[in-house]
Amino acid sequence: MSPQHDLNYHLAQLTSDLDARISDHFEDVVIEISPLNLLQLAGELREIGFDRLGMVTAVDLGDEFEMVYRVTSRALSSSAFVKARIGRVDAHIASLCDVWPAANWQEREVWDLFGIDFVGHPDMRRILLPEEWPGWPLRKDYDDPNVIHRPDYI
Amino acid sequence: MSLEVESRKPVVSEDGLPVEELVVNVGPSHPSTHGVGRFVVHLDGDVIVKCDPVIGYLHRGIEKMAENRTYLQIVPLTDRLDYVGSMYANWAYCRTVERLAGIRVPERAEYLRVIVCELQRIASHMMGIGAAAADTGAFSMFLYAFDLRERIIELFESLCGARLTYNYVRPGGVSFDAPEGWFDSVSAFTAGIDKTLDEMDSLFFGNVITRGRLKGIGVLSAEDAVACGASGPVARGSGVNWDLRKHDPYSVYPRMEFDVIVGDNGDSYDRGRCKLVECYESARIVDQCIAQMPGGSVKAEGLPRLIAPPPGDAYDHIESARGSLGVYLVSDGSPRPYRMKVRSPAFCNLALTSKLVAGHTLPDLMVVLGSLDPVFGEVDR
Repeated sequence: MSPQHDLNYHLAQLTSDLDARISDHFEDVVIEISPLNLLQLAGELREIGFDRLGMVTAVDLGDEFEMVYRVTSRALSSSAFVKARIGRVDAHIASLCDVWPAANWQEREVWDLFGIDFVGHPDMRRILLPEEWPGWPLRKDYDDPNVIHRPDYI
Repeated sequence: MSLEVESRKPVVSEDGLPVEELVVNVGPSHPSTHGVGRFVVHLDGDVIVKCDPVIGYLHRGIEKMAENRTYLQIVPLTDRLDYVGSMYANWAYCRTVERLAGIRVPERAEYLRVIVCELQRIASHMMGIGAAAADTGAFSMFLYAFDLRERIIELFESLCGARLTYNYVRPGGVSFDAPEGWFDSVSAFTAGIDKTLDEMDSLFFGNVITRGRLKGIGVLSAEDAVACGASGPVARGSGVNWDLRKHDPYSVYPRMEFDVIVGDNGDSYDRGRCKLVECYESARIVDQCIAQMPGGSVKAEGLPRLIAPPPGDAYDHIESARGSLGVYLVSDGSPRPYRMKVRSPAFCNLALTSKLVAGHTLPDLMVVLGSLDPVFGEVDR
């Protein structure tokens, strides 16, 4: 495999002050990054050939949120996860719409269901729920009085 | 969603005369929106200036519901995502669970999964092409397409008892082995499909009215298709050679011979015709699967009744009729997932609507929507 087609060769070229931790997980590469460096990392990933942003989502870990991005490179035939942890209070992270326009609706969905603000997003509105919906349903502490909780019998 | 639309703004035209921007609301209960999609269209005369899709009318919170169900109980929920292609969501979900829990699937089950998913691809494309044809007034094409789809649904009915929500692919295998004589029925179906598809191709895509109506409408460049996250026939119609069955092969697809169908112009015509031509390839794959079909069990051995994967996360995806359908699961070690996320191709493809229809007329919105082929169960989840 020539170095131009080797993912590890390219990942080694990432700027060192990004402070990215790279590990392997189920055949995919996981890049953990501070939210402050996310936008720069996204730009560099796009430069080395990650031209598709497949998925944007978040996971509520209790005291903080983990943003999960999945990027794919057709040229390198490989995919990578980018993960960044952000604080729960005033949760916000940089929008990747300028790097991959595919982020537009997916970031709106995360805003809608998790209440994470994407700084620099061109159209930050709710997408699935009505604009006046109270709360952020996919947060673990969301409690809707209309929801009947299933007893823990299993 | 608020039902208020923006107030009318006077626009000054090029010749200095004041004209008024007209806001037209399409949907959510409109036959051409293929479900419950709503589109707020801003018109300057006949020309669309801006189109704002409003989605969420079918939002059931399936990702939240999944957090309170066991791994096996979620399979019927995934049926309700893409309700004209339930097998795909079943399979994408089960692949992620199998990856997370380290379950090995017997080979016969993998072959059965490929057969049902390729048949499902034909059925789903028939729904897409048929509905798009009916939107443009070609009603006979709709009847041809639904005749073909009905025969596939009957095959599924004899396989698993359900016509739409199959609950057929389960973690570790499939729910039932094929009944006696089922493979013969499938072979008889695929033997005649080429002739039917040829007829449909010349009836609809060879028709001069269809060509005039679809060609050059909603052109999507290959660069935009990749950058905006389009997948499936929407991306391939623009010339993006990207098919997970070929480029990130899973299951037994590496053993199959088939071509990835790629369009040239990226307009509604190419997107629609890509779908039709893909059906020939699907029939080829089904024939190869039946020829190679191994014996053995269709369920993994020693699978616990309550699957509790080790803590961690996993993502897996398949090529559905609409594009790359992925499921991301986070487990905390309990028998219920901590978080489930469905990466829906219809959602990402629908995001292109406003880009594609700008500059066209209102009837062209229906043509573009028909070629994007959104299923709102999957868009809204």
